[in-house]
Amino acid sequence: MSGMIRDALTIARRNLIRIGRVPEVMVFVVVQPLMFVLLFAYVFGGSIDIPGGNYREFLIAGIFAQTVVFGATFTASGLAEDVQKGLINRFRSLPMSRSAVVAGRTASDVVYNLLSIVIMSLAGFAVGWRIRGSILDAVIGYLLLLFFSYSFSWVMACLGLMVPTPEVVNNATFIVLFPLTFIANTFVPSDNLPGVLRTIAEWNPVSTLTHAVRVRFGNIPEGTPEPTSWPLQNATLYSLGFALLLIVIFAPIATRLYQRTGKR
Amino acid sequence: MTISRITDIAADPQNAAVVATGLTKRYGGVVALDGLDLSVPTGTVLGLLGPNGAGKTTAVSILTTLIAPDSGSARVAGVDVVAQPQRVRSLIGLSGQYAAVDEHLTATENLVMIGCLYGMRRKEALRRTNDLLERFRLTDSAHRPLKTFSGGMRRRIDLAGALLADPPVLFLDEPTTGLDPRSRGELWDVIRERVGAGTTVVLTTQYLEEADQLADEIVVIDHGRAIARGTSQELKRRIGGEHLDVHLARAEDLARVEAVLREVAIGAIRTETEEALISVPVAKGVEALGTVMAELTAQNVEIVDIGLRRPTLDDVFMELTGQKAQEVAS
Ligand SMILES: Nc1ncnc2c1ncn2[C@@H]1O[C@H](COP(=O)(O)OP(=O)(O)OP(=O)(O)O)[C@@H](O)[C@H]1O
Ligand SMILES: [Mg+2]
Repeated sequence: MSGMIRDALTIARRNLIRIGRVPEVMVFVVVQPLMFVLLFAYVFGGSIDIPGGNYREFLIAGIFAQTVVFGATFTASGLAEDVQKGLINRFRSLPMSRSAVVAGRTASDVVYNLLSIVIMSLAGFAVGWRIRGSILDAVIGYLLLLFFSYSFSWVMACLGLMVPTPEVVNNATFIVLFPLTFIANTFVPSDNLPGVLRTIAEWNPVSTLTHAVRVRFGNIPEGTPEPTSWPLQNATLYSLGFALLLIVIFAPIATRLYQRTGKR
Repeated sequence: MTISRITDIAADPQNAAVVATGLTKRYGGVVALDGLDLSVPTGTVLGLLGPNGAGKTTAVSILTTLIAPDSGSARVAGVDVVAQPQRVRSLIGLSGQYAAVDEHLTATENLVMIGCLYGMRRKEALRRTNDLLERFRLTDSAHRPLKTFSGGMRRRIDLAGALLADPPVLFLDEPTTGLDPRSRGELWDVIRERVGAGTTVVLTTQYLEEADQLADEIVVIDHGRAIARGTSQELKRRIGGEHLDVHLARAEDLARVEAVLREVAIGAIRTETEEALISVPVAKGVEALGTVMAELTAQNVEIVDIGLRRPTLDDVFMELTGQKAQEVAS
């Protein structure tokens, strides 16, 4: 076990060295989240009214949630690149822990996501967003975002180890992630959605994550009715449970896939 | 100086460090390995020689636990590669056919990472990294990301990765492809040094001279099976004594010369039309040379050069596979 952690840290360290050296990483981790906050704040934040509240503040949690979900795709493209460059084969020939490569990758991607969240928080602060709840709640909100993205990284790890080239990752994830992050309460309250979409949105873990974070940040507009669906009523618990489930299911699969990838 | 994950094997020359029996592997309809047997005594070098697609990389991949054979078995230092892959990994160093390095990391960062993954302490990994970088004359570039390296430099970093933990068994898949002559010579020296200290090496190569230089035993493989094995001397002996090479002024004369050479040939005659070269194994070299010279002069064939030489592994290859190694390799 300690060997596994040591190896995972070695791998994570290697991934983190790349932050400053690979321009795409910078764009993805820093520039894109920053742009999202500013765009949403100025384009939508000014023009959409929600009763009793500040839409800009309402949006922030949604943008955070969407960013960390997309941030998890980094795990997939990173691993796919390692397969393509033959690094996975090199790792597989070494007497290192068999789960460390994926564990190290998912761990370093948490750091990437943390960086994105810090950038977004600063940008949010600059455009008028404020945390209106307790510090403890806010910390829980942040941890929830990171943990959720961490769990999603394990799903993405499986994808990264299955695709033939890193480019496929983007196509494959966009098709899934756009609906996942939009049929949710990320950008509009889910009550406004029609019939089936509303039900999907209410059970969508991205919604519960967003809602939980929104509540923890104290960014729910005044006079908003309490949610009626169970997942949203227990948003923190539901999000946490969902994240745990993803890890329990996908971590073993990812480790198995790792052992089989890189046939050449 | 302990590396927790490197398993020591006693240098026991009686025991083969690598044994493979009846390895087969197919990819869909393609038979990559078709019952390959290998046995490499501890502290020796085995050269795996074969044209593109012969199955060299497949064999190395099985022996280094990267893929499982469809049937057959293999042991490295007595450990079964299928049953105990993790233990095998603690006994080997691998440098694959294509350099597997992180191009965004520096040379030092890449090697220290590998050292740590072998279970070394960082300090130890760094010490060995610096030694090897010096050995490969890369100290000046130690702190540059590998994407600024030339292909040959990357290749040497990859090789350094295989050597870093000083594992008892080394697998090198075409180790000198892309290296300049000086780097190649240096790598040969490093390999000889390690072998002198008891390391066992399996290397694949398309440089026939390389197998000749380094390998104690050579296994020629084609279509996934061994078609010949022996020391380079033994293989050469099989091909016959000397070769007579004739370089003509005009390629049109080749057919006529071939007819003359057939009189003295004891093996396959080889022609290279473009270069107007023709080569043949002969029994009594000097006598054959005289006969051929006299006949060609009588026929008024213009000769640029004619001479006798010892057979090379190229000739071995030609004899065994009916193909010319360089043609196959390109
Ligand atoms: N992953 C794979 N999928 C399909 N076919 C493969 C795969 N790997 C190898 N092969 C096939 O198996 C055969 C042996 O390949 P291998 O790479 O072992 O040859 P090699 O001797 O290393 O050749 P080279 O000199 O080109 O490196 C080839 O016909 C190749 O096409
Ligand atoms: Mg090969």
